[in-house]
Amino acid sequence: MSAIAERVKQIIVEKLGVEESEVTPEANFQNDLGADSLDTVELIMEFEKEFNLSIPDDQAENIGTVGQAVAYLEENVK
Amino acid sequence: MSFKRVVITGMGALTPVGNDVPTFWSNLVAGVSGAAPITRFDAEKFRTRFACEVKGLDVTNYIPRQEARKMDPFTQYAVIAADEAMKDAGFDADTLDLDKAGVIWGSGIGGLKTFEEEVMNFSENGRTPRFNPFFIPKMIVDSASGVLSIRYGFRGPNFITVSACASATNALIDAFNYIKLGLMNVCISGGSEAAVTIAGVGGFNALKALSERNDSPETASRPYDRDRDGFVLGEGGAALILEELEHAKARGANIYAEMIGAGMSSDAYHITAPHPEGLGAFIVMKNAIENAGIKPEEIDYINTHGTSTPIGDPQEIKAIEKFFGEHAYDLNISSTKSMTGHLLGGAGAIEAAACIMAIKDQVVPPTINHFTDDPEINPRLKLTFNKAEKRRVNIALSNTFGFGGHNASVVFKKYED
Repeated sequence: MSAIAERVKQIIVEKLGVEESEVTPEANFQNDLGADSLDTVELIMEFEKEFNLSIPDDQAENIGTVGQAVAYLEENVK
Repeated sequence: MSFKRVVITGMGALTPVGNDVPTFWSNLVAGVSGAAPITRFDAEKFRTRFACEVKGLDVTNYIPRQEARKMDPFTQYAVIAADEAMKDAGFDADTLDLDKAGVIWGSGIGGLKTFEEEVMNFSENGRTPRFNPFFIPKMIVDSASGVLSIRYGFRGPNFITVSACASATNALIDAFNYIKLGLMNVCISGGSEAAVTIAGVGGFNALKALSERNDSPETASRPYDRDRDGFVLGEGGAALILEELEHAKARGANIYAEMIGAGMSSDAYHITAPHPEGLGAFIVMKNAIENAGIKPEEIDYINTHGTSTPIGDPQEIKAIEKFFGEHAYDLNISSTKSMTGHLLGGAGAIEAAACIMAIKDQVVPPTINHFTDDPEINPRLKLTFNKAEKRRVNIALSNTFGFGGHNASVVFKKYED
């Protein structure tokens, strides 16, 4: 697992109070990890803070799973 | 239509002198001060560096961390107090009509800490507007009653009363009246506050409202003492379960006391200063006692607003002497704020709980920290200085007054069939 993926996992565990084992690439924040739409907005903000970047709203809308978040960040974090 | 009778069937408290009702009450009777140096933030540069904080509290023992982080402390305090009260009331989840169960809570300020953190975050981040999505729902003052209704599934009336330091009393009054009118069977009422924050202490310091007796926090709250120099900020709250009498009897509930009356008034005078002759205080006590349908001579104990400010304390006393006449010297008076500090919008709730426990145990908690008589305060008054007093307490009155000139009083009576 990449360093980015590991940090993403820790943020999700911390914010959503889920077990590490639940945070699989396919896991959907809302359908699988118990997040509501506000939790998801907060997660995006945490990613922005952790990785020091700004995720535009139209991009953020496409991040619904752990894997999508990791892929976006791996592509955009410099 | 005949009015319903309203009784108290459950209580919970989270206070600077105890994190549940039994501890809170035994410490009040014992005269324990809840004041100590501020731990909530670095207060080194503040004029006042002490407060009455809730102590030894691990919120996650009561609320899972993931839920707790979406609540401002004033809502966490509401949940912790209400959980105790609900457990104490012992409702049968299968038979309680949730559509006729409400939550009417009081808070003077709401999510001050949340507000501060988000705004400071904004200013530190180069003023980029990046606010947490939970900022507004955590901060708004009605979130406490909203969270409680969700927690217990209560689908009846649900709102917050805001009248500064009278907020919780106004909540109790609304709960009382709606049950009296038959609109609810049960209501979680009370209030909470969590204003021991940078802006809370800084703001009250700017008003010159707080005691600055930093060398002796535990003696700083000294209502009616000549050398009082302001109130001591407190935090926490209390929850009372108000219930329609027949509903309570039908389920064999333990009844602490009956709530028999309530009064409201306004000073219509000044946004922060009380009326110098206690006009609003006089009217509110008159209204409460008339509403209760009793004679003034039937009051045994008054838990006063008595915040320990130079101008606030004497005006309430003047009003008591004017309203009660000779009986003012027969009844007992005390300010439990001498021990708890001033919980602002939560004050009316913990003080109502103190009145109810005074009725239950037939003992008046003291006004601690009395050192020097104030020539402005008539020595014939029984202010219950320094030591609790055993006496008959059949009916007790609780007064609360808030910035804005809001006055609210409630009357509790020993329950008799």
